[in-house]
Amino acid sequence: MNAITDKNTMADSAPANAIEMRGLTKIFGNDPQSALALLESGRSKTDVQAETGHVIGLNNVSLDVARSQIFVVMGLSGSGKSTLIRHVNRLIDPTAGEIIVDGVDVLKMSLEELRAFRRTKVAMVFQKFGLLPHRSVIDNVAYGLEVRGVGRKQRLETAEKWIETVGLKGYENSRIRQLSGGQQQRVGLARALSLDTDIILMDEAFSALDPLIRAGMQDELITLQKTLHKTILFITHDFDEALKIGDRIAVLKDGALVQEGKPEDIVLRPANEHIEEFVAQVNKARAIHVRSIMEKGDHEPCEQSVDMDARCEDVLPLFAEQQWVGVMDRDGRQVGRVTAKQVIKALARHTPGVP
Amino acid sequence: MFPEIIDTRPLRKSIDEGLNWVVTNWSQTFEAIAHPLLVLLNLIQGLLLATPWWLIIAILCAIAWQATRSWKFPLLVAGAMFFLGLMDLWEDSMITMALMIAATLTTIVIAIPVGVFMSRSTRVRQILTPLLDLMQTLPSFVYLIPAVMIFGPGKIPALIATIVYAAPPLVRLTDLGLRSVDPAVMEASRAFGTNPSQRLFGVQIPLALPTILAGVNQTIMMALAMVVIASMIGAGGLGYQVLQGIGRLEVSRGLFAGLGIVVLAIVFDRTTQAFGKQLQAKIGITEART
Repeated sequence: MNAITDKNTMADSAPANAIEMRGLTKIFGNDPQSALALLESGRSKTDVQAETGHVIGLNNVSLDVARSQIFVVMGLSGSGKSTLIRHVNRLIDPTAGEIIVDGVDVLKMSLEELRAFRRTKVAMVFQKFGLLPHRSVIDNVAYGLEVRGVGRKQRLETAEKWIETVGLKGYENSRIRQLSGGQQQRVGLARALSLDTDIILMDEAFSALDPLIRAGMQDELITLQKTLHKTILFITHDFDEALKIGDRIAVLKDGALVQEGKPEDIVLRPANEHIEEFVAQVNKARAIHVRSIMEKGDHEPCEQSVDMDARCEDVLPLFAEQQWVGVMDRDGRQVGRVTAKQVIKALARHTPGVP
Repeated sequence: MFPEIIDTRPLRKSIDEGLNWVVTNWSQTFEAIAHPLLVLLNLIQGLLLATPWWLIIAILCAIAWQATRSWKFPLLVAGAMFFLGLMDLWEDSMITMALMIAATLTTIVIAIPVGVFMSRSTRVRQILTPLLDLMQTLPSFVYLIPAVMIFGPGKIPALIATIVYAAPPLVRLTDLGLRSVDPAVMEASRAFGTNPSQRLFGVQIPLALPTILAGVNQTIMMALAMVVIASMIGAGGLGYQVLQGIGRLEVSRGLFAGLGIVVLAIVFDRTTQAFGKQLQAKIGITEART
């Protein structure tokens, strides 16, 4: 929870963040308010659960999701991550706390306003796809626009465009059951993208897919994001996935926020043992950006160089030939350089058994 | 013997008198309310009887072909209908079919909304379930007699008795179908900002349609099962032939008319089932289960 302090300065100018959650608590059971009172009186979560028989899904979670970034919420099953994402478009109502999306308090919306909000502001992609089996691919992709009230011709045009973008051209009139899992999720993605909302919620969107297909979809999402600049709230139980696609990562455990920060922050400075366990399993070369370990400054140009966004795994092969590898900014100027030694040091820093 | 603790005679007497009071004071009102049913039934019956026999066979065969997309079933339908014609049962068959169609249409109009209502509220379900049990298990004569007293013998009480008997499975299956729509699909639909009626007509009913159609199939079968009883109070048709066969001890008459009912049942059962399978395949439910 201390991790959010570095963003406190932005809290006043409200719409700076796309999504803000304040003290979000969700208790499942018959009388959540009494369980909430116990929880707020300082009793531990396990105590309250044992005593009242209620299940605490989320416990005082506060998060800020900045615009145009992929924000990943990571946690094991039962950590409350899927509950959390459903609060953003109020598929679930919280027991306490507030949710501000684009400067608007979602909880104060009437039912009609909420529907308008769902139609125009947030789109969602689901783990189980949630496609309509009685409709063709194109009608599925156009579904959100249909609900919004867009005319048939226009919505089919938009759907057509997004079907092509996600690589399903030629499948427009196929039935959902004729597609593979990966293709079905492409339909789910196209359906969300065709709404052209600023915010996209992705609930374990790739978790049901085979590893190879999943990696492909992740790459595609990253590529798409480079041109779309959406605010994406992405839920996953896969730490590797979180590191690969996340601009920022929040880790949930037992309904509470454990740590929030850049992927490097979490890999290099895990907040507790729980996160260390994840970090120990993970490919750190993927998590650490070279820019965070490079020697900054104007050095003589190196023979080979990588982009600012490159990660350690991208530079490793280059060290076979080179002593130094340069790091370039977006305009192609060299802003720093790294050696193999620096990379190895960063990778070894938190490995157990290595001083 | 069980000891007589309370005297039931006053209770029975008051029920009987209550019914008599309703019959004397309200029977005309009830008849007026039920009149549209009679109009519907007569319309269908008139239409079926006015249509030439070969056209009816052709239409049924075309529907059968639509349902199965093979030539085998239409052939069976044609054979079945020829049997009815050759056995001199054509007119009675049309009368029975008219009763069945009128009862099924009325049941659909009533039972599907009730099923929708039931699927949305556990409370409504708790109240309706015993009522449906009652409608299905109560011997039909028990409500047939008051119906005849109120409406007088004829087609209306026959139709009402058929509807009472045939509606429960459709209500139940509509409820079941709507409730068993994949919650993931429902949630996705909600997330895109649909209102309840958009979800009902755009997601729930299309996905529950195979189950609802199974309910319609059951309704048709139960309506046909009622025709003999309905003919006792003046519905006519194949059931009346069976009844006459029994009354005159003419086994052949009863047998042929009985077979006629079976033939109609086969034709309509197979047709609706084939449509149901077609729908399931279209939605992909059959694939999902394997």
